[in-house]
Amino acid sequence: MSHTLPPLPYEYDALEPYISVEIMKLHHTKHHQTYVNSLNLAEAAYAKANTPKERIALQAALKFNGGGHINHSLFWQNMAASSEKGGIGGVLKDGPLKEAIIASFGSLDNLQKEFNTTTAGIQGSGWGWLGVNPSTKRLEIVTTANQDPLLTHAPVIGVDIWEHAFYLQYKNVKADYLNAIWHVINFEEAQKRFVEATTGSKL
Amino acid sequence: MFSLARTALRPSLAKRAARAFAAPSTTALLHTLPDLPYAYNALEPFISEEIMTLHHKKHHQTYVNGLNAAEESYANSPSVKEQIALQAALKFNGGGHINHSLFWKNLAPASGDGGKLTDGPLKVAIERDFGSVDEFKKVFNAKTAAVQGSGWGWLGYNLATKNLEIVTTPNQDPLLSHTPIIGVDIWEHAFYLQYKNVKPDYLNAIWNVINFKEAEKRLVEVQ
Repeated sequence: MSHTLPPLPYEYDALEPYISVEIMKLHHTKHHQTYVNSLNLAEAAYAKANTPKERIALQAALKFNGGGHINHSLFWQNMAASSEKGGIGGVLKDGPLKEAIIASFGSLDNLQKEFNTTTAGIQGSGWGWLGVNPSTKRLEIVTTANQDPLLTHAPVIGVDIWEHAFYLQYKNVKADYLNAIWHVINFEEAQKRFVEATTGSKL
Repeated sequence: MFSLARTALRPSLAKRAARAFAAPSTTALLHTLPDLPYAYNALEPFISEEIMTLHHKKHHQTYVNGLNAAEESYANSPSVKEQIALQAALKFNGGGHINHSLFWKNLAPASGDGGKLTDGPLKVAIERDFGSVDEFKKVFNAKTAAVQGSGWGWLGYNLATKNLEIVTTPNQDPLLSHTPIIGVDIWEHAFYLQYKNVKPDYLNAIWNVINFKEAEKRLVEVQ
């Protein structure tokens, strides 16, 4: 029943030069691992809790570490080596996702511009998301604070804007990180999620 | 000619014009980045020169700029709704400016006042409220490391109970419930370049450069 750290779908240096090998190693083997370990501890404590009060007291740990595990698991999957390196990162092919992006944002460029502005505007730690609004089935840009998981929308693309995600390479220049990361966004995975969210069918 | 133009304008525009054409009547009109009380490398090896340079010149400067912009917009807001919409920017950038201004002052080189807690009202209060200085640091570090996201750890003075207490604030929220005595930045930009993910190493190291003299000054002022 224990949660485990999912392996990266690529080598630690696969997202260079956009995300450095140093960041990927620390981010995966330290930060995400810590969320996994702490989630397991919190769940063990929750199972042993005897009262609502004790269970409620554990909610913050479950949300923080559970959210951290969920968010990072989605994150690794929605990235891929860039096309210059022979990967599929950064390439948005024709298809339902591309159509939806154009319908909601006018162009991929415009999506990136709005996404980056919104994500850079987070006041603290958090995540930027492209998500499907379950009522309208349209794509929207939303953010979550700290490690809060995205609950209001179906996640299509998530971008970590905690400083540990970029600081070693980009220092305080968030904008450079956000421009760079689009070269390694896995639009094929994003489309899989989009189709699942809009049709209910798992590919 | 200028005074004619002023009376013809709406009050908010007149204010803006006055600020544009006249020298500021008080320095309170524009916030500025306070100088560090020491050189950028003065807190080595506990906080690196690289971190201090980025933290002061980039991060804190950005809060100052953001605060000035937010206050300018606030002064020009035509409605309560717009003013409320600006509250987040004022809190985030205002808090960032307040917090970092306090932070630079409650740090000092280890070759100077840094890390030295001499006998006096602060030491007495710490020992009274935490048992010992070591225990205080232990609890402070545990609580600060446990902040879930970005934020600050504080030793604060509770005016109601007349006790020193350890509290945290999220993001750039300023400490309002207590009088700030010592603040420690636990945003990742404060330590990551040097300590990576190992927050406890940063928190252990920083006690070597905490300016207890400044902390005591703050306590005596409010007691």
